[in-house]
Amino acid sequence: MQVNHRTKFVVLPIFLLLGVATLLLTRNVSAAGDGSIAGTVKLNGTAPHMKGIDMSKDPYCAKAHANDPAKMENVVVGSGGGLQNVVLYISEGLSGSAASATPSEVPVFDQKNCMYTPHVLPLDVNQKYKVTTSDQTTHNIHPLPQAGSGNIGWNKSQPPGAPPIENSWKAQEVAIPIKCNIHPWMHGWHVVVKGPYAVTDGSGNYTIKNVPAGSYTVTAWQEEYGPQTQKVTVAAGQPAKADFTFKAK
Amino acid sequence: MRTNRHLMWISLLPGVALLALAGPCSAQVTAYQEQQQMGMTSHIGNLTGSATKGAAAYRRFCVGCHGPIGDGEGENAQWIDPKPRNFTLGVFKCRSTPTGTLPLDSDLFNTVGRGIVNSNMPRWLPLTDQDRADLVAYVKYFSPRFATEKPGAPIAIPPEPKLTAERVKAGQEVFNKVQCWKCHGVEGRANGPSADTLTDDLGRPIRPFNFHDSTRFKCGETDQDLYRIFMTGLDGTPMPSFSDNIKPDEAWDLVFYLRSLQPMHSPERALAEQLGLKPVNPNAPAPQNNK
Repeated sequence: MQVNHRTKFVVLPIFLLLGVATLLLTRNVSAAGDGSIAGTVKLNGTAPHMKGIDMSKDPYCAKAHANDPAKMENVVVGSGGGLQNVVLYISEGLSGSAASATPSEVPVFDQKNCMYTPHVLPLDVNQKYKVTTSDQTTHNIHPLPQAGSGNIGWNKSQPPGAPPIENSWKAQEVAIPIKCNIHPWMHGWHVVVKGPYAVTDGSGNYTIKNVPAGSYTVTAWQEEYGPQTQKVTVAAGQPAKADFTFKAK
Repeated sequence: MRTNRHLMWISLLPGVALLALAGPCSAQVTAYQEQQQMGMTSHIGNLTGSATKGAAAYRRFCVGCHGPIGDGEGENAQWIDPKPRNFTLGVFKCRSTPTGTLPLDSDLFNTVGRGIVNSNMPRWLPLTDQDRADLVAYVKYFSPRFATEKPGAPIAIPPEPKLTAERVKAGQEVFNKVQCWKCHGVEGRANGPSADTLTDDLGRPIRPFNFHDSTRFKCGETDQDLYRIFMTGLDGTPMPSFSDNIKPDEAWDLVFYLRSLQPMHSPERALAEQLGLKPVNPNAPAPQNNK
């Protein structure tokens, strides 16, 4: 009897200690002043010619682009050689909790004037996103993840005025092609990564926010040129810099 | 002395807990292999199919097209269009479950019995129900999806309402609103503006269903089958699911209208003729979604 009592007294503090230890450990990771990684992605060389898109099969789409002819968006280069739609993410070095935290914002993948806006959408694993349509023509949204990636493809229609489709991706995958079978020129990407990410703007600039201090490998992914990596060290609460240059083929 | 021994055991506790946690993690990796060894099963009504029993029938009847590893690359595959299904992907056209989910065992069972029109997949009528159930289990064994996922919840189909002229007319409005004609054409002749650019998930050309070709569809021939086809979508093909955008009542209207396009004399067709229904006009102003 006495022994049993003793056991209780010994077990309790052990569990308490374990609890406090886990609390402290997780705190250490998230409480350190978060830094950031920023930089510019450029294209070295002449930007490839982006073909025009003939939308005459769907009068609605053709009309939407009457004054502004649509072009392919595989390589979009801004002023000064800045490369747009490049996704930057941390491919190595993230600790458990920083990698598994899922952002609460719900990005929108819109179908506008028979194109995808944005053309490339980065997402965290399990992050919710919305597919919306601004068009007065029917689209079907057909993501095609790789077999065995852990993500499962689907195919849903979205007629004019249809409500948004809300979904998320279960596994990391760079990248999932999205297509519309009705408008064969429509092509977009969902880039599903673990941890903080960023996508370059029209000038090729990006900032990955909420990066805890540490040493990382940053990957820049472009749909035509593939991935590039760089080692980056982030000091607590400090911005780090990483510029990338892709070579035109 | 006794107390000391207790203390020693307690100090081991965290380690034991860790081991217990690690157990299921490593088990997950081998779940598929385990399933393969133990044999996949299928359950259709009172029937239970077993993959080990299905193997022999598969090697005799299916292997020529679907191939020894179920990847749809059997020796006949090169001569066949549409191509035989690649079972390793675990993606199936004919399902009663929502898009992106696995089919029920009974869906696969029905496909084996029904065959697929406009393709080389015949109706396997000579096979007994038990043979078909065993084959379903064997087909499931080719895709790791069946070891880790459950089939989706089947889409509910309400009882078929009474056919009326109003319903046929309303069905045409649905046909126009969700723009079935983009691929299937305004008269259902598979000649819509997007028809000739369609490809399946593997990038191979595919054509939409021509409603004037047949009274049977790839995934069945009853009104319920037709309802199911556009609500679930045919995964692996350009045909999307319309379940988010067509209400159950409208779905029945659409079924009646689609029937009026088909080659046989049907009550739906008679009603459409009586109404003097003209094919939808895609150049009319885009339909406004006021509902």
